[in-house]
Amino acid sequence: MAKNIKIAAGAGVFLFMILAVVPWLLIKTGRGDLMSVLTSVALLSVISSGVWLTFFIGRINIGQGAYALMGGYVSAILVVKYGVLFWWTLPLAGLFCAAASVLIGLPILRLRGVYFAMVTLTLTEVARLLAQALSITNGPRGITNIPPPGGVEFFGLTLIPDFAELENLRLGFYYLAVVLMILCFAAMWRLVNSRLGFLCRSLQQNEELASSIGVNIGYLRVLAYAISSFLGGVGGAVFAAIVQSIYPATFQIQESVNFMLYCFLGGLSYVFGPMLGTLVLYMGWDLLFKTGAYQLLIFSSTLIVLILFLPNGLLSLRLPWRK
Amino acid sequence: MEQIVVNGLYLGAQYALIALGLTLIFALMNVLNFAHGQMYVLGGYMTYLVYGKLGMPFALGLAVSALTLLAVGAVVEKFLFRPVLRKSARDESSMLLAAGLAFFFDSIILLLFGQKQHGVPKIIEGVQNWGDFTVVIPNDKIVVGVCTVLMIAAFIIFMQYTKPGRAMRALAQDRTAAQLMGVSADRYGMLGFALGAMLAGLAGGLLVATTGVSSGIGGSISIKAFLMVMIGGAGVVPGAIAGGFILGMMESFGLSYLRAYGDITYLVIFASLMVFLSIRPHGLMGKPWG
Repeated sequence: MAKNIKIAAGAGVFLFMILAVVPWLLIKTGRGDLMSVLTSVALLSVISSGVWLTFFIGRINIGQGAYALMGGYVSAILVVKYGVLFWWTLPLAGLFCAAASVLIGLPILRLRGVYFAMVTLTLTEVARLLAQALSITNGPRGITNIPPPGGVEFFGLTLIPDFAELENLRLGFYYLAVVLMILCFAAMWRLVNSRLGFLCRSLQQNEELASSIGVNIGYLRVLAYAISSFLGGVGGAVFAAIVQSIYPATFQIQESVNFMLYCFLGGLSYVFGPMLGTLVLYMGWDLLFKTGAYQLLIFSSTLIVLILFLPNGLLSLRLPWRK
Repeated sequence: MEQIVVNGLYLGAQYALIALGLTLIFALMNVLNFAHGQMYVLGGYMTYLVYGKLGMPFALGLAVSALTLLAVGAVVEKFLFRPVLRKSARDESSMLLAAGLAFFFDSIILLLFGQKQHGVPKIIEGVQNWGDFTVVIPNDKIVVGVCTVLMIAAFIIFMQYTKPGRAMRALAQDRTAAQLMGVSADRYGMLGFALGAMLAGLAGGLLVATTGVSSGIGGSISIKAFLMVMIGGAGVVPGAIAGGFILGMMESFGLSYLRAYGDITYLVIFASLMVFLSIRPHGLMGKPWG
């Protein structure tokens, strides 16, 4: 019981920090740029939590960029060409990606280890080249001038204000991304600690054994992959809305690899690993901007040192007084 | 047509040399070396320094490339990959290290050599043509092609008929059994990693002679090398060679026949690779679930 209270208290403090204290501080100090960075961190951590889920079933996924790109395009095309309200395109983009991932996943999820990793890597490249070749995606020029999300009213009660009329657009996007992140990680935490989570864990350890005691491994891994792609799609859609444009180069192999790195750095055995990993890597990269030409050198050296001393991720660090 | 085949063969030989190194590292260490393309570029720059800048003989440049990368590979294996693989809970953690290394090499190359494309003077002037200009090959490409094929042959002979080669093959086949027979996994793992890096460096050195070298190509070379290894089957030497030639041919044919339909050569290659791997997951000759 005491443990549950502790977890609830921790979650409460965390929510209060990111929903109230951090935005208040940033507005007070006038660091709007930092707010944009945090918005990106929140979004990217949603996308990489999908990658984390595929790690959780024992697959290395370097194809999340493909789904993020797909989600971004679905949302952008629906908003710009068909005038659909942005909030509707969000689940639609996610579902579209989930459906696509079931079709793609059915054959490729039979692969394991590096083979799966490589096929997903090629998937990222296929998605980028497809976006470049198709006409509905407007080729290499991409889709620009995506309007900000519109408002939602329910019996005259404004549920979500029209983003175009917000005085602080950045704050609006910050809340959008952070709320999405909270929902995503709450769901993920629930999933991992449910029966489904334990079944997934059995896949990670030994698929044959799991299958032999009656776990439907084919269904489970497609399900996990679909959830993962759903998150990728939703994250990509919001990302496209925030930067108000999407190009084939928005999510490419580099991004797919980054999503994987965020998971690794945070720690593969911790649900909140992707969140911390994204924060450290993305913020670190951003903070090093001042060092100019040496940015990449310092960044990569730090990364190598980190992995050398904490190969199981940042969250595997145990403080001395916590055993 | 003949010209396309010749181009494909030339490209394929270079690709095979790159893929050989990657597959060797994978077979011995179970590490997917994301930094392979960067090692290739590093080799290219070494030859550029010695041959292009200092005006020494081309062969010396190649030797310097080979030795540098041999040392880099050995150091990286001993001080980075080995401790990480020993300490980490999951094998995949090595991928983070490999990706970090790729960034690291990229930044070093960028700092030392800048973003410009660097070329060198031709090794040999002149052009050969057969059958009244149906096939035209510049002389330097012939020299590079022959060198590449010789190196591949030397590597195969080394792996087949020498003691270290046999030890590495044994490790790749069954790590535990090889260790029980007294093969030192540490020593040959390091040798294998160094050799793999050296092959990448040699391929890079040869590249400089015909096309020059620029700092940004490492990543895309890595991805191509992954493709070749996947086509042939991860961790199998003949598979890597086959994969290299197949990709070379596909590129050569694709670039000349699919050009009419726009820039879709790579889309077709990648998409067909995905279909191929769904049907035959372990490539042409790989062991299943490598």
